[in-house]
Amino acid sequence: MLPGMSVPLTLLGLLERQPSHGYDLKRDYDTYFGRGRPLPFGQVYSTLGRLARDGKVVIGEVGPGEGPDRKPYVITERGATEVETWLADPVEPEPHLQTVLFTKVVLALMLDRNAEAYLDSQRQAHMRRMRELTELKRTGDLMDTLLADHGLFHLESDLRWIELTVARLDALAKAVRT
Amino acid sequence: MNNPAAGAAAVEARDVVLSFGETPALRGATLTAGPGEILAIMGPSGSGKSTLLHCLAGILVPASGEILFDGRRVDTMSETGRSTLRRERFGFVFQFGQLVPELTAEENVALPLLLGGTRRAAALAKARDWFGRLGLDGLAQRRSGELSGGQAQRVALARGLVAGPEVLFADEPTGSLDSLTGEQVMNLLVGAAREQGTTVILVTHEPRVAAYADREVIVRDGRVSAYERVTS
Repeated sequence: MLPGMSVPLTLLGLLERQPSHGYDLKRDYDTYFGRGRPLPFGQVYSTLGRLARDGKVVIGEVGPGEGPDRKPYVITERGATEVETWLADPVEPEPHLQTVLFTKVVLALMLDRNAEAYLDSQRQAHMRRMRELTELKRTGDLMDTLLADHGLFHLESDLRWIELTVARLDALAKAVRT
Repeated sequence: MNNPAAGAAAVEARDVVLSFGETPALRGATLTAGPGEILAIMGPSGSGKSTLLHCLAGILVPASGEILFDGRRVDTMSETGRSTLRRERFGFVFQFGQLVPELTAEENVALPLLLGGTRRAAALAKARDWFGRLGLDGLAQRRSGELSGGQAQRVALARGLVAGPEVLFADEPTGSLDSLTGEQVMNLLVGAAREQGTTVILVTHEPRVAAYADREVIVRDGRVSAYERVTS
């Protein structure tokens, strides 16, 4: 599932394609972005309620023969502007994993532990995940491939850092122990 | 892993040492690839990973240590014996394809069969079977200069697999290709190898390529420094 802040904006983006009922929105969200972690109905409707409160969506006409629970939600000009701004705004690069790795490596060196063994075990964990994602690409559809590629390139980037750090361990050890 | 047969390993290096002049390349490298296994050898430039592959394939002879294939010592074989082994039981794919420019694509693919004594018509017919399998329809009569990088590498892959080798040695097989073409080549390589039950020794510095393997080892400073066996 996408991080919390992305859910309202993603639902807004889906509504920009066409007005939708809550049920259809959930189905589309789960298909494209849920990836095995579906959005709870309660979250869909509470999010739509907040978007309506904030003037980003309005409730449209209920179609003939449809009950009151089949309310279509329609994006407003304000909502569309917010989607456009969000899409144009680059995502903040968050090297959170490197920060954890960095902390572990530096601490291991400070404490005279085997930092190379730690990095090797981390590399193996990364490679295991990369094999899983590669298998997902082989068996999944194009959306799975797109998602797996994103993960693979990030994991590969970490692995390059791990390899470089292994090559620098001696120098790093001297730097943190002085 | 591709249900490897129980028993002896397909390819093994035991404490292999090799130097080029005064420069040590391998300082006691040890690894095992089981039958039908796809094993990636990774490592930084100059770590010795390609040298290790050349030793495993009987191209280079180590100064000490042992190379075994199917339980037999390779390092103690004569040059002729190793040459026969390479031709009859091994296949090869290199980074730049290394197709023979004077030959057509189908002649390039048929080459291992022709060198092994298969009659020309039969060799070319068998080579042509691979063109459909690897998405190369219509390219059989082209020469290497008339092929894109991805097409040339698929021809090289067909050449490496056409004789049904027991082991395929692949040295940076996607190193000259863009990501998407490299992915196509790896899917074909892994798919064909699993179908034939071929053991693959894959040298790469790219983790995304190594992720196609069942397992990977890292070569650093001429030694195999990390060793993981897939338990599933």
